[in-house]
Amino acid sequence: MDRIKKEGEIRIPSGCAISGIISKKGNRFSGQTAIDSIRLMHDRSNGLGGGFAGYGIYPEYKDYYAFHIFYMDTIAKNECMSFLEEHFDLINLSKIPTRKIPSITDEPMIWRYFLSPLPTKLAESQLTEEEYVVRCTINVNAHIKGAFIVSSGKNMGVFKAQGYPEDVGEFYKLEEYSGYSWTAHGRYPTNTPGWWGGAHPFSLLNYSVVHNGEISSYDANRRYIEMFGYKCNLQTDTEVITYMIDFLNRKKNIDLKTVAHILAAPFWSTIERMDETKKLEYKYLRNNYESFLVTGPFSIIVSYQNGLMALNDRLKLRSLVVGEKDDMVYMASEEEAIRVIAPELDSIYYPKGGEPYIVELETEVQ
Amino acid sequence: MKVNLIQSEYEVIRDQSRCINCRLCEKQCSNGVNYYDKKLKVMLSEEWKCVNCHRCVAVCPTHALKIVKSDHCFKTNANWSKHDITNIFRQAQTGGVLLSSMGTPKEYPVYWDKMLINASQVTNPSIDPLREPMETRTFLGKKKLDIEYDENHNIITDTKPQMELSLPVMFSAMSYGSISYNAHKALATAAQELGTFYNTGEGGLHEDFYVYGENTIVQVASGRFGVHPTYLDAGKAIEIKMGQGAKPGIGGHLPGRKITKEVSKTRMIPQGSDAISPAPHHDIYSIEDLRQLVYMLKETTNYKKPIIVKIAAVHNVGAIASGIARCGADIIAIDGFRGGTGAAPLRIRDNVGIPVELALAAVDKRLREEGIRNEVSLVVGGTIRSSADVVKAIALGADAVYIATSALIALGCHLCRSCHLGKCNWGIATQIKELEDRLDPEEGAKNLVNLISAWKREIKEMMGGMGINSIEALKGNRLMLRGIGLSEKELEILGIEHAGE
Amino acid sequence: MQKITVNHMSFKQLNNIIRDDKEDTFDLDDVHGQRYIAAGMKNKQIKIKGIPGNALGACLDEGSKITVLNNCQDATGDTMNEGEIIVYGNCGDTAGYSMRGGKILIKGSAGYRAGIHMKAYKDEKPVLVIGDRAGSFLGEYLAGGIIIVLGLNQNGKCPVGNFCGTGMHGGKIFLRSDELPKDLPKQVVTRKANEEDIESIKDIINQFCCEFTFDKNIIFNANFYVLEPNTTLPYKQHYTAI
Repeated sequence: MDRIKKEGEIRIPSGCAISGIISKKGNRFSGQTAIDSIRLMHDRSNGLGGGFAGYGIYPEYKDYYAFHIFYMDTIAKNECMSFLEEHFDLINLSKIPTRKIPSITDEPMIWRYFLSPLPTKLAESQLTEEEYVVRCTINVNAHIKGAFIVSSGKNMGVFKAQGYPEDVGEFYKLEEYSGYSWTAHGRYPTNTPGWWGGAHPFSLLNYSVVHNGEISSYDANRRYIEMFGYKCNLQTDTEVITYMIDFLNRKKNIDLKTVAHILAAPFWSTIERMDETKKLEYKYLRNNYESFLVTGPFSIIVSYQNGLMALNDRLKLRSLVVGEKDDMVYMASEEEAIRVIAPELDSIYYPKGGEPYIVELETEVQ
Repeated sequence: MKVNLIQSEYEVIRDQSRCINCRLCEKQCSNGVNYYDKKLKVMLSEEWKCVNCHRCVAVCPTHALKIVKSDHCFKTNANWSKHDITNIFRQAQTGGVLLSSMGTPKEYPVYWDKMLINASQVTNPSIDPLREPMETRTFLGKKKLDIEYDENHNIITDTKPQMELSLPVMFSAMSYGSISYNAHKALATAAQELGTFYNTGEGGLHEDFYVYGENTIVQVASGRFGVHPTYLDAGKAIEIKMGQGAKPGIGGHLPGRKITKEVSKTRMIPQGSDAISPAPHHDIYSIEDLRQLVYMLKETTNYKKPIIVKIAAVHNVGAIASGIARCGADIIAIDGFRGGTGAAPLRIRDNVGIPVELALAAVDKRLREEGIRNEVSLVVGGTIRSSADVVKAIALGADAVYIATSALIALGCHLCRSCHLGKCNWGIATQIKELEDRLDPEEGAKNLVNLISAWKREIKEMMGGMGINSIEALKGNRLMLRGIGLSEKELEILGIEHAGE
Repeated sequence: MQKITVNHMSFKQLNNIIRDDKEDTFDLDDVHGQRYIAAGMKNKQIKIKGIPGNALGACLDEGSKITVLNNCQDATGDTMNEGEIIVYGNCGDTAGYSMRGGKILIKGSAGYRAGIHMKAYKDEKPVLVIGDRAGSFLGEYLAGGIIIVLGLNQNGKCPVGNFCGTGMHGGKIFLRSDELPKDLPKQVVTRKANEEDIESIKDIINQFCCEFTFDKNIIFNANFYVLEPNTTLPYKQHYTAI
């Protein structure tokens, strides 16, 4: 039989379920909450991918970059290890603990490292520390066959696998982790089985993105962002959106709200009705950042160290609900995925197309 | 005894039962094909003079005429076509360089026809452009990647000079002189109504057309005809013409007989004198000299105009474009070798250059590899025949397209490829007053507006089908294209996959 | 008058000052190769010390006069429209390229392709005067206007390089010389200047002599040749229409 092409060798569109939870006060809570929310939307996934991102889960190592890495074989592991040793101080390394679940099979080797860039190497590279980590991550994912860095930020981590999301959460024993924000994702790829790396969230440095929908601007976005040193190895929408956010927010220092208005820009007819200053600003953004425009249906939740941002496409072709209760904010594809973990809400809100819903921590996380 | 070696390619077939001897066909033919035989009292034709422009057919009130291909033939030969043989006869008789016009009629691959467009099914919705927003507004020029704020934290919205188009289609350069006053007027008024641009070509700008300045690209070519500070300031953008797809590497020559009083005024050379555009710009012998000309024009116009550099698609076009992008140009226009011309040596037109599709793919890729695609916009021309060609060009990586032949056809051109004779029966490629008068500029403009509006509707339909509601999301979106019947190498150069993949 | 010590100022900055200043008279000192000085500008009187960069006075417009006390580089007066450029030293290549009006007076010599593709229309008649010697391809593609080469240090020897007047199809070239170039194309006809010819350049020679303090009698007391396009034998590609 012909070998079915793996994700990254081929582009696999997919539909999905997403969920995000944050404590504005920075109180940490168990990953079980995220599992319970995403479990409710079982029918929005098809067992071909699920995952979680937790922030504030490694307080004891918060000053180090936490790398979660998949290895397909020991050759990849050895090659990647020597790359890491060449570029970083390895503070700690271990297998990520998992439990056996009948529905989750074919797992790769899953490792976790706490690292900091080698000062001499960093100085030699003439890059900022963050850019150094980004380049190393992209380098491994693009060039070391069989190795895949799942996440690389500080005090955060991504846990994903091929399977239903609730099973994935159990597999990774997420009930044992606690963080101040969690996102979860259940995937519905339309093509051949996705693979572990292709599941969501997709993460780079401190950003992680869960996404629902299939964008029609994919290749316009991909070919543009790849000009700036990114490499879209997975060919997924989430990957390219993450890179665009990293480029605009981290590298170009553009605030997230403006980033949202670049990705999901208002229509010209809306811009024409704005006051003169706003009109010029939005025209400037659409004109100069034209190739960052994302079209087609999407809803995304972007996690970063200070908060969460939910964003819908400008036509609002995907569902997204936001609920608040005390200092907790919940975002999900379906309202019941919120109600199942927070039955009594203070308020419920349906973000408009192209309008970002941004929640930031009120206090610095300890 | 006079021997006629070259026989006419077409025959004028007249249905005598319909012909009413009104002699309109005779009056309308500048080539003197039709005449009235007083003895026989019938209209007859000297068909060896016929260029097959259909003027007589179109004006005949009783539909008595048709032009057919002659079945007169040489002995069948797979190696020697009729054209090969007759062109040898022509050159043997005259010793002349064969002169032709419009784009090559030879059967080179048209890659537009070997690419298919995608549409959404299930995983992503298609959009109805009639009822939902569908945007085609396009900006050409350098794109900034940084935002600066003023003291009130408002974005500083100054950009380098740009062009704003309501859709990514412009009329490309055709000089006043090569085409008529009325043709220019039709293009200028249509560009204004459509919210796009027309291009003066290298012939200066007629005083009557300064009012269309906001929709005008003024061209500076090697002959520098009609170029002075007021002219440079008159347009919205300045185009430096380095080359033309139909005749890469050679200049232009408008013979003195075409320099009429009016043409003489805009070119600013004496009436009846030859207008010679040398092959190169003699102040540009190297890429750093192009930078000198680009900045000379920017300084002269105080950085208010984007500078377009137009080149012919040739073998090493990727590297050339990269050099242009780095020399301060805001827009690069690439003209493919199937593009049209008012006159070009046949062998150059038919054999020099490369197809625009491959050139575009190579240039877009190269500029992205070098991380400078945002520094410059790409405009392509040279056989954009339909809205589908526009969509494919944008998806391959163009920011906009230039059309010329399509526009002329909208004005009545029948592609008889005889512009170089200067006797265009449709009033387009001529400076003969009575022929020129046949083209009504208002009607011409209306036809152009109709054509481009129809294309716009079709472009929106195709975008909607792909689930894309703004043109920028189509730009360089090569996943929306698949090749059909192309080799691995062709697919690699075009950067697309084959249909079925 | 505005005095500017240019030093290593960018050309953009320098032109912005010249363009925007209410003052119309400028004394530029210590110029170091800044390009496009006064490009496209009207009514500016500019004196330059040091070496101006390429395309000095490109597209120069009415009422402007640029005086350079030293040498100039390439493309001086490129596509110049009106006004005057006076050069006390030498010029590099392509001085007066596509000039359509105004005057360029060079006391010294000019490099390759001086006066290439100059053209005239109605009252606009560009004039290029070279005091000493011109390089090859002088007046290539000449379509109109007047080029004068005085050969002041040539002792009657031909003051131009090879391929003079190639492609010439309009205008006039005056050579103050006892001999003609050896390689003139057949499309160029020559004759000794007659009184009418000399009369036609009298004013410009007078101005040249005033600017650079020469004795005009010495200049006129020599032989002048006139080069013109051969109207009976124009360049003609032999075409056969298909």
